[in-house]
Amino acid sequence: MSEKKFSKKHEWVSLDGDVATVGITKHATEMLGDIVFVEVPDAGKAVEKEGQAAVVESTKAASDVYSPISGEITEGNKAIADDPGSVNTDPEGASWFFKLKIKDKGEYDSLMSKDEYDKFCKENPS
Amino acid sequence: MEVQKTALYNYHKNLGAKFVPFAGYEMPIQYKDGIVKEHISTRTHAGFFDVSHMGQFFLEGDETLIESLEKIIPADLKNLKINHSKYSFLLNNEGGIIDDLIITRTEKGFCIILNAACKENDIKQISQFLKKHHKHLLNNNLSLIALQGPKSVEILEKLIPGVANLKFMTGNNFDYEGENLYVTRSGYTGEDGFEISISNTKVEKLIDYLISNEVKPIGLGARDTLRLEAGLCLYGHDLNEKINPVEANLKWAIAKKRKEVGGFNGWEKIKNLLANGSEKIRVGIKPDGKVIARENTKIFSLDNNEIGFVTSGTFGPSVNAPVAMGYVKSEFSEVGTSIQLEVRGKKYGGKISELPFYKKSYVK
Repeated sequence: MSEKKFSKKHEWVSLDGDVATVGITKHATEMLGDIVFVEVPDAGKAVEKEGQAAVVESTKAASDVYSPISGEITEGNKAIADDPGSVNTDPEGASWFFKLKIKDKGEYDSLMSKDEYDKFCKENPS
Repeated sequence: MEVQKTALYNYHKNLGAKFVPFAGYEMPIQYKDGIVKEHISTRTHAGFFDVSHMGQFFLEGDETLIESLEKIIPADLKNLKINHSKYSFLLNNEGGIIDDLIITRTEKGFCIILNAACKENDIKQISQFLKKHHKHLLNNNLSLIALQGPKSVEILEKLIPGVANLKFMTGNNFDYEGENLYVTRSGYTGEDGFEISISNTKVEKLIDYLISNEVKPIGLGARDTLRLEAGLCLYGHDLNEKINPVEANLKWAIAKKRKEVGGFNGWEKIKNLLANGSEKIRVGIKPDGKVIARENTKIFSLDNNEIGFVTSGTFGPSVNAPVAMGYVKSEFSEVGTSIQLEVRGKKYGGKISELPFYKKSYVK
């Protein structure tokens, strides 16, 4: 597994060969609050970079989850759809959202490093 | 208009509240624990809610005050005993609900608790019916604290002896720190509890005591999930001026005598609806899966005809499932009827459900 990279929309990506794993960041879960519903994409679905790929809902509101990278979905994490609260407890580990076969590694390379992301969050509090 | 703050604003800040603008006030939506934990701690222990943004409207007058108020409020105020409260509404000429409220008979007249967003207009509407010699006052020197949950009675009785004797929807005056408090056994969560009207200068001391008894602060977020599980309406969402009490499934709140005799705004229309039923009616809705049907979600019949819309929807932490309320054509309102909910362009199954979703435990 490669190092995690991060998007401005608070998703993380790790890469294993040409298969990327995508989830939402701990910072994102803290902003959302208690997560009570998750919808993940089915295998075979094509997603564009920054295109809508999944849905996450807290007690307060529904939000879209975007794919920071384009490709074809190979798996959605059914475990988090069954237990949405697990996203609050382990967002950057077991509670990933989906895996996809990527087309362009350049898209991954252009995302933020952990340090860059932490700095981005500090500069853009919401 | 300048954003208003309740007397407890800084206190909430120190408790780690996240604020949102609500009805012209900066109000806590949640504290550090988050909505689900706040919700559960209210149901299992006790929580306090600062509801001081709500209007505490006092009226004084003779017998003619009752006649005036009964023109706009369909409760039986003539037979309402001192220190007894009723849930009711202000009605317009079409029978639409201007606001929902709690009215309590006092020694000198009445006290009405009004929704924050409506209170200025409510007072205008009520004033149209008042006589010159009726006195009225929106008392902004008072805070209003709701203490809700199964431990409320035990905790408050230690501080204010006698409150344990209050029955649901009754109140009384009590002494606290040499000052008069008005306490009612009531609330909007489906739990046993109290609403305490207390001067702005003493309210922090009361909250200090509650916190020392492990009563958690509860924000508007959990207030919403609690009241929705209890099947209670939120004005501006489940109720508005275009909806009448029959459609809102609140005809129980119109006094029996008033249903027969009338004499209030919109009576002709409501009489007709009571006899013949309404075209649409408020119902409880349970989505089949985990999908949350939020406000404005369209409701369809199984054969894909649009039959209504959701007015409140969330995840119910105590029900441990999504819950919603909305309006459907009356022929689809029977409990158990299968429906479809359109969320993000996709249709999901659901059923008309009994209300409340969560069983109340009021002390009667």
